[in-house]
Amino acid sequence: MAIEVRIPTILRTYTGGEKSVEGSGSTLAELLGDLDSRHQGLRERLVDDAGLRRFVNVYLNDEDVRFLGGLETPVADGDTVTVLPAVAGGSR
Amino acid sequence: MLTITSALYEKIVAHARADHPDEACGVIAGPAGSDRPERFIPMLNAERSPTFYRFDSLEQLRVWREMDDRDEEPVVIYHSHTATEAYPSRTDISYASEPAAHYVVVSTREPDHAEFRSFRIVDGEVTEEEVRIAGEDGPGEPSQGERGQRERGQGERGPGRLAPRRRNDPVGPPVYPGDKA
Repeated sequence: MAIEVRIPTILRTYTGGEKSVEGSGSTLAELLGDLDSRHQGLRERLVDDAGLRRFVNVYLNDEDVRFLGGLETPVADGDTVTVLPAVAGGSR
Repeated sequence: MLTITSALYEKIVAHARADHPDEACGVIAGPAGSDRPERFIPMLNAERSPTFYRFDSLEQLRVWREMDDRDEEPVVIYHSHTATEAYPSRTDISYASEPAAHYVVVSTREPDHAEFRSFRIVDGEVTEEEVRIAGEDGPGEPSQGERGQRERGQGERGPGRLAPRRRNDPVGPPVYPGDKA
């Protein structure tokens, strides 16, 4: 089972510089756990006690997982998960 | 140093003016590794706020994929401050996630001129850099001239502040669960 996970520049230190890694799982949570077993520390950049970190965007194919099931979003062989840190800021 | 054409400079300022008093935001893409801003991509501010900006997540996916397909990267990430100075705030610094980008901040707090400054933000450290505005046909003058001086706001000379600053802010930025430190 292979799910492609596209990694943003800032997190490639966890993947040895690779912009794309593969993993398996039937939910996003399982997939992230699987990735973390080979890329230790990666999961913590994406998830905290409350769930997916607020200023990290995670997409399943063309959709934002916030609108699917968050960490419980089902994933399957052939899917592509993309991670992009949110671009945000403000006056303070 | 940020080298940018006058046409792109004007587009950023015009976008900031048009969205005032909300913060404007966007990207200028350029060929990967070139450090040349070329393709202007104004973005929706999904927060539609005078004090905060955020790229819409699906628009960001579309734009990032498009840059990837075109072998581009975000050379400039710009946004405006509508009532404060053109300097990265605490939230700007904490959310900066493209270490190779030039972070441009424009202030539209004055109606008659825009402050335009550029910074590198790497590992939480802010370093101001010179902005060199070029004509369309080749290298131009560093922005030390009239526009450059006027654009830097009151009381400043030369290339602007180069040292990181701490701000004495009695009220901190919004705190969200899961913010990275």
